[in-house]
Amino acid sequence: MTKTDPNGRKRLALIASKGTLDWAYPPFILASAAAAMDWEVGIFFTFYGLTLLLKENHPAISPLGNPAMPMKMPFGPESFQKISWPIPTAMMAVPGFNALATNLMKQTFKNKGVASIPELRDLCCDCGVDLIACQMTMDVFGFKQEDFIPGARVAGAATFLEYAAEAEVQLFV
Amino acid sequence: MTALQADKTLDCSGALCPIPVIKTSRAIKEVEVGQVLKLIATDPGAPPDMEAWSRQTGNELLDAHTEDGKFVFFIRRVK
Repeated sequence: MTKTDPNGRKRLALIASKGTLDWAYPPFILASAAAAMDWEVGIFFTFYGLTLLLKENHPAISPLGNPAMPMKMPFGPESFQKISWPIPTAMMAVPGFNALATNLMKQTFKNKGVASIPELRDLCCDCGVDLIACQMTMDVFGFKQEDFIPGARVAGAATFLEYAAEAEVQLFV
Repeated sequence: MTALQADKTLDCSGALCPIPVIKTSRAIKEVEVGQVLKLIATDPGAPPDMEAWSRQTGNELLDAHTEDGKFVFFIRRVK
């Protein structure tokens, strides 16, 4: 889609390639912030990022293989919350650990005043962010258009590249 | 200097990025051109972000200061 806006709005083109809870944040935060600055915004959801467009989507996190992730508790006194727990890697593979870590991270976000992913996604829809679902990934993972939220449209790499070619800012997340 | 008068006040205390910017962009549309919006925020990223937001949207950041440990901004809707 070439730029036709006569008001000369800036354009942000994002690629969202990851679907975990932590990596769901950057594209939705950047997109909603840019829209708040009256920029035109498009996000191309591809590979695991495509799951962020599913109507039924509950992004999770896995501390396994993620040594940089601070393992902290979102409750208790401040001194307790500051502790970074040295969780052994083997324990991270225990069934239920990902669910626990996901819930703790969601609670941390909530406590700190960070919007949830569904809230940010709704904001992006309300602001008219162009949500582009990668056709190829849909075929690979077996998703249908009706699996996605109504605001999403389906297209391929050429569509995104044409969009990005006229964007002042292009980022891969 | 006479104290700035706000036509509308938005309190984003407790909310982190990008909520203050998003709520400000909505609230500014609820005042008339020339009127002033007062924003209260606790997000430490708000001072630089509100400057950037004002530059990008063309609205005028009249004043930014700290009051009782909170960040207070006065923004005039320009267009």
